[in-house]
This record gives sequence, C-alpha cells and structure tokens, in this order.
Amino acid sequence: MWMKKIFLPLLMLMTFASLPLLAAIDAYQFDDPEKEALYKKLVKELRCTVCQNQDIGDSNAGLAQDLRRKTYEMISAGKDEDYILDYMSQRYGDFVLYRPRLQKNTLLLWIGPFIILIAAVFFLLKFIRRSEDEVPLSESDRAQAEQLLERDK
Amino acid sequence: MKRYLIPLAVFIVLVILLAAGLNNDPKYIPSPFIGKPAPEFDLPLLHQPQQHIKTADLQGQVWLLNVWASWCVSCRAEHEVVKRFVAMNIAPVYGLNYKDKPEDAKGWLNALGNPYKSSLMDIKGDAGIDWGVYGVPETFVMDKKGIVRYKQVGPLTNAIVDEKILPLLQELNAEAD
Repeated sequence: MWMKKIFLPLLMLMTFASLPLLAAIDAYQFDDPEKEALYKKLVKELRCTVCQNQDIGDSNAGLAQDLRRKTYEMISAGKDEDYILDYMSQRYGDFVLYRPRLQKNTLLLWIGPFIILIAAVFFLLKFIRRSEDEVPLSESDRAQAEQLLERDK
Repeated sequence: MKRYLIPLAVFIVLVILLAAGLNNDPKYIPSPFIGKPAPEFDLPLLHQPQQHIKTADLQGQVWLLNVWASWCVSCRAEHEVVKRFVAMNIAPVYGLNYKDKPEDAKGWLNALGNPYKSSLMDIKGDAGIDWGVYGVPETFVMDKKGIVRYKQVGPLTNAIVDEKILPLLQELNAEAD
C-alpha cells in the first residue's frame, strides 16, 4: 500500500519534470492536413547542423527554430518536398539530409552493404564446400577409432 | 599460414579506416558555397538602417563577410583577430550582425571597437539561412567576381589569418577583375 502512495506522486513528478525536455513545439497552423503531414515528415528528415544527431523537429536550438519556420513558410507557399530538400542542401550541404541521396559520392554508402553481403555469401559457400571435400576415413583409421571408443566404455 | 593472414589483413584495414574516421572533425561540414556565387542579400545597415547593401553592390573587389552577434561568446575572442586583420588594410570586412538586437550590437561595437566597413542587420536570421550559417562566428572570403572562395566556421585565429586567409587574399588580389 505504501508503495502506491509513493509511486503515484513519483510517477507524476517524473512526468512533469520531463516535460521541458519534450520536443520543441511551435504552434504552426496548416490549412491542409497534407501540408501538415509533409511538415512533420520534413522536420524529421532534416538534420540540425548545430546540434548534430538531432533532427530540426527535435531541437530547441535557434537555428533549428529558424529552419522549422522556413520549412513552414515554404510549405504554406505550396512548395513540394523536393524543392525544400534542395533548398536546404544548397545552403547546408548534403549533411542536412538524414537520408542521403543516391549520387556519385554516396554510391559506396548505398551499395557498400550489398557488396559486403555478396562477399560474405561467397566466402560462406567456399567454406561449406571445403568442409564437404574432407577425405573420408580409411579402413585402418576407422578400426583404430572404434578401438579407442571401445576402450572408453 | 594464409588462413591466418586474411583475418589479420581485414583487421588492419579496419583499424586504418577507423583511425581515419577518428581524425575527421564531425563539426566540420563542407560548405556547398565554395566556388559558387555569394548568396544574395539586401539588408539594412546597423548604423544607418534606412540604407541598404546588396551582395551585388560589393562585387568587383575582394571582400570578407564576418558573421557575428553580441550574444556570441567566441565572437568576442575573435574580435581582436578581426581588428588586427583590418589594420593590415588588405581587404574590407563587412559584418553580418546575425539575430541580434540593434542596440546590443551597437553597444558591443562601442565597447570593443568597430573594424567593419559596415555591419548588415539580419534580425530574423533569414540571410543567415541563405548563407548556410550554423555556428557563429563564421567568415566568408569572396573574390572579385563575387565567388565564395573560403569559409571559416568558428572563430578566426591569428594563425588561420596568417596561414590561410593572407595567402589566399594575395592570390585573389592578383586575379583579373
């Protein structure tokens, strides 16, 4: 019973204490649910360059706020996803895109895992084949092995 | 013997790759502007807000843009370096006063000295976005054709000025208009 008495206030305390840590929330109004969905998608896909390893939707940094505002303004003006991603990468480089595009300098990034997979399958097959090639026991070896097993009984 | 050499070779390659990775500075983001025309702005001056300067107005000369703000702690340390550079009288430095209050910015310059040819006010930070600014202070060097040739993220130091900026400016000043 005493646990319940402590547990509930503790839980409430933790909930409220962590509120300021929740993602930054701006009150942006959208006239169209599709635009709102695009906004939510884009702020998850754009990396905050100040607070690296956070997307701009998660960050409270001043720049992230500005970039959210810019994203909102562009979406409200009817710009599409490609336009906004281009706009950001022209200014902040490919680094802002959490999903790198397929281009010359990201080719290895995209196909690298498949190369490693193919190499792994190749070596695995080689390994399996080699263990199949083992020479069978000769008659005398077999007799000797049986003798040893017999002795241990 | 060979079967032991292969894992060893793989291990060594991995160590080399990881060592190279450790030496990369994750804070350094290659600027997409190098070699491209300086982004447009059309901003009021800090000291004469009725007067504007556009990027095109500055073309035809080698010039620097130093992004600063009175709230930026490392700008304070950098300021002495900027003053030393301007005193050499090699190229004009324009200030981009980034997301600042004009009265704070003026007070900051009054207290620390004003080496800038002019400071442009970017109160909302829109010009900052156009220039890809993400860590104040930042410094850009433009050539006579208005192409961005160098970008410094973070404070300038005397060493950076002497070893990178000055040789570059010598080269740029020698180029034809």
